[in-house]
Amino acid sequence: MKQTIQKKRKLNVLAIFLTFLFLLLGGVVLAVCVGKYPVSPGESISILWSRLFGLTNGLPDMTQNVVMGLRVPRILASVVVGAALSMSGAAYQGIFKNPLVSPEFLGVSSGACIGAALAILLSLTTVFISLFAFVGGIIAVLLTVSIPSLIKNRSNLVLVLSGIIVGSALSSVFGFIKFMADPDTQLASITYWAMGSFSYIKLSELLTVLLVIIVPAVILVLLSWWIDVLSLGENEARSLGANVKLIRRIVITCSTILTAGSVCIAGTIGWVGLIIPHFGRMLVGPSNRRLIPLCGLIGGLFMLLVDTLTRTIGVAEMPVSILTGIIGAPFYCWLLFRQRRTLS
Amino acid sequence: MSILFDIENVSFTYPSLKRKVLDSVNFKISEGDVLSVLGRNGSGKSTLLNCMLGILKTQGGAISLSGKFLHDMSEREIASVVGYVPQSHVPAFGYTVFDFVQMGCASRIGLFSHPGRKERDDTAAVLSEMKIEQLADRPYTELSGGEQQQAIIARAIVSRPRIILFDEPTAHLDFGNQLRVLRLIKDLSEKGFAVVITTHNPDHAMLLGGRAAILDRQGHLISGKVDDIVTEASLKDVYSSDLKLKYIEEFGRRVCVYPNL
Repeated sequence: MKQTIQKKRKLNVLAIFLTFLFLLLGGVVLAVCVGKYPVSPGESISILWSRLFGLTNGLPDMTQNVVMGLRVPRILASVVVGAALSMSGAAYQGIFKNPLVSPEFLGVSSGACIGAALAILLSLTTVFISLFAFVGGIIAVLLTVSIPSLIKNRSNLVLVLSGIIVGSALSSVFGFIKFMADPDTQLASITYWAMGSFSYIKLSELLTVLLVIIVPAVILVLLSWWIDVLSLGENEARSLGANVKLIRRIVITCSTILTAGSVCIAGTIGWVGLIIPHFGRMLVGPSNRRLIPLCGLIGGLFMLLVDTLTRTIGVAEMPVSILTGIIGAPFYCWLLFRQRRTLS
Repeated sequence: MSILFDIENVSFTYPSLKRKVLDSVNFKISEGDVLSVLGRNGSGKSTLLNCMLGILKTQGGAISLSGKFLHDMSEREIASVVGYVPQSHVPAFGYTVFDFVQMGCASRIGLFSHPGRKERDDTAAVLSEMKIEQLADRPYTELSGGEQQQAIIARAIVSRPRIILFDEPTAHLDFGNQLRVLRLIKDLSEKGFAVVITTHNPDHAMLLGGRAAILDRQGHLISGKVDDIVTEASLKDVYSSDLKLKYIEEFGRRVCVYPNL
């Protein structure tokens, strides 16, 4: 009987994965079609198909350009960013054994934001904006994790508190940079960038960042079972034979690269890294072996849908963070409500 | 009998505390031994276990495990010999009992790999050995205290260690569950596992038999046969109360009672 239950559970998980895979593929086709220049589903599939396999198709150049030049890079970017943020969120929550933390809490996003704002302030090119964002994110995490080791208390509470300290210090710095910026040109660009958007994606830049994102994502999937073990707590994990320091270091590094990489592509986008892992846990349970890959699928789908919404509703394009916040905040509230017993 | 743990002149002080929690502690544990460690609250029973697990580094003396210095062994090497049953607590995530118990196999899983068929089979075998198969798919966080304790014990034995350390396994359990856990510990010792438990109840030491140790507030530890160590005089020292030990003929053992309040 035991065996049949386990088999049934396996089939359920497989069904969930396949469902989200098909939803994601469907979402991609939908996103190619909708917009100010409508493309029919048939046309979009035939363009994607022919590009993927190097064939030719007889469709007009204008349609080809809209699909391959504008929509496909953007779709790819939103899927990748959604997946990266969600996977890193799940990993952070596991490592810090706290389902209420998110990539933002270590200061990664604020650090990356400052880096980018600094680059804009110095009137540097887009490549440097990405690079600065990346370095800023890494520095912020280093600051956050160094406070607990400075005061020789490595508990989670201290880490969360130091995240808050670093976060608010960084937002002051960010405020200062905005204060210094030229209000007519730079300020708008900094603000818009901080709110997150997929409108300035170029395929060539995207591909570079994609490489940086794929490696840590694969490592997180490979380490997913050990994240389960570490989520039991440091001493318990060590008593089971886990090399806690090494695993924690690798997981934090990978998650940080994923978050900073996302900020490079699309600015700061809140909430995704927090709510998608929760949603995933409701579907397949807390085991990270299933959760982290599933977060990649759901996060990608969610971000794709949100971005498609931002560019289709209204006349002007809305920053992504506004929508994710509208969806995320009530969801977080509901989570707190559900976990009110374990929090006290 | 080969010696598993050889603890020689071990001392330990927390940086924030002035007093020595362990002061020149000596004892040995051989294969199949049962050792119950008594001591009042905060006397350092858990600290002792954490030193034996290599989680805390001792400041003086040496601990050897199967003839090797604990200090030179990796977490993985230690975990393959020593199983640990921590005080039960609720983890942040509700893993299924199957997944939870399977984590006990960690000492044989490579860094970038996952448990495979062998680990799944071993986990299923341990669950049926402990007669908790029916809990396999339940989230650990939803179990009762007694069931949680059974799951933690299953996790400690799934990788077949040679010794199991129990940190107050009967704390937070009702009377019936306390007895069931003690029975389980006795069974494990009869199956050949060496066992160390910390407890607040002298009766538990006498029920388990074997050896006992008393750790006092100065960090000194005395150990020996239960009957020699657990005496009215030593209990008065530890608990500053007049406890009586009475031999009950019907049960063929001594019991520890409070004469009155």
